[in-house]
Amino acid sequence: MSVPEELYYTAEHEWVAISDATARVGITDYAQRALGDVVYVTAPAQGTRVTAGDPCGEVESTKSVSDIYCPADGEVTEVNPEIDEDPGLVNSDPYGAGWLFKIKLDVGDQLPPGLLSAAEYSALTAAEEQQ
Amino acid sequence: MPDPQSPALRRTPLATVHQGLGATMTEFAGWLMPLRYGSETAEHNAVRKAAGLFDLSHMGELMITGDGAAAALDYALVGEASAIKPGRARYTMICAPDGGVIDDLIVYRLADSEYMVVANASNAAVVAAELAERVDGPDGRGADVKDRTADYALIAVQGPQAAAIVGSLTSTDLDQVRYYASYRATIDGSEALLARTGYTGEDGFEIFVGPQAAAPVWEALTEAGGGFGLVPAGLAARDSLRLEAGMPLYGNELGRDVTPYDAGLGRVVKLDKPGDFVGRAALAERAEAAPTRVLVGLAGKTRRVPRHGYSVLWNGEPCGTVTSGAPSPTLGRPIAMAYVTAEIAAEARSATDGDGRLAVDIRGSAEPAELVPLPFYRRPAPN
Repeated sequence: MSVPEELYYTAEHEWVAISDATARVGITDYAQRALGDVVYVTAPAQGTRVTAGDPCGEVESTKSVSDIYCPADGEVTEVNPEIDEDPGLVNSDPYGAGWLFKIKLDVGDQLPPGLLSAAEYSALTAAEEQQ
Repeated sequence: MPDPQSPALRRTPLATVHQGLGATMTEFAGWLMPLRYGSETAEHNAVRKAAGLFDLSHMGELMITGDGAAAALDYALVGEASAIKPGRARYTMICAPDGGVIDDLIVYRLADSEYMVVANASNAAVVAAELAERVDGPDGRGADVKDRTADYALIAVQGPQAAAIVGSLTSTDLDQVRYYASYRATIDGSEALLARTGYTGEDGFEIFVGPQAAAPVWEALTEAGGGFGLVPAGLAARDSLRLEAGMPLYGNELGRDVTPYDAGLGRVVKLDKPGDFVGRAALAERAEAAPTRVLVGLAGKTRRVPRHGYSVLWNGEPCGTVTSGAPSPTLGRPIAMAYVTAEIAAEARSATDGDGRLAVDIRGSAEPAELVPLPFYRRPAPN
């Protein structure tokens, strides 16, 4: 299972890539494996105000549906246009072509509070595997 | 995620094979089972187009033997076991005295006084106990019930290439093994009971072998199937395949609060067989009554997927409940089975202005759906 060092994570299995006061958001490799084949994604629309910790979308797989939790406060500036046509990108390339949406961060160039490091997220998923 | 080390879960004789294949495992009815090996959609499509290999060793094998076996099963089940010819099998059910379904079963008559009842994993112990009690009943003296689940591995090969693959490993002429027939055969040198049955809507075989033979037979099938597009397939694909084929799943479409008639399977109840059977009075009454609810097929008009437990809406009002739902790989849209009131089902079928009135409440949003006939998928006729 892949957990890239340079990304930040949430306990609800989103990843966040931060640059230029913008967060690019997706779901982790662990999450896509647990979900199975993704068939449909509902992402927050461009221009939506989002709040950290609130559900802001859904990832629907063959067997289940999961909420997407917003990792930070801000405004949605872009939604991945490829996902609607090819939701399988979330499975095949969760940290790359399978990204879901971008948020302009309220905290600007600072790190939004409450995110996990790669090491912390790896420890969390290892603990979940044990359950 | 299940803990693969949990000692509480039962393991099939193929557990280490699944581990070697990198399967995602899941807890199912107390067993640790492969959910998928890679993409469940790819596994589903392989079964429709080529073939899939399934470990079904969690299913319960119950042996009913003795001179009274046929009469005992006629009393214990809603079907007529005594009318099954040796070497043939039937789909049937075991019901409670009130007509509720305890389990759906396949009954194989192996010899005149030897039957094998295959029960769902979740119900095997209950069915074994019920059968043991019922063979002591008025028509059942002289029969013996044994739960032999641990003595059998069950491997299924399903799909249009199944006969070519299995045929390459046995001298048995598979043309003799008709649908719902079983045959004692040798598969790659291992003794097996070979049955032409399945739960996918495709042609295929279910192969019962001893636990020691499970891994060698699995490997032989994998090797023989490589050139035919055979892939290992998990429970996720099995569920979407059976749903497309309109086959009921116990716990979803079937349960104690459901009679065979509710599920549209009244044909399995043989009210014209001689003698009493458990549930006869209640089922005879139910057969005469107008149904209050019916099992229907739904196809979603959006991409959001109706799932088990969601409400079905007619003009915005609840009229039923989804029992199973999934995105259908074959149809390319969401499908579901649901119980709806008979009144609304009739209205929805005859409504010419029905468009937009039928919907499923998907987490607070009324997503439009339409009634479609079951099954959703029927395999093409052989050439």
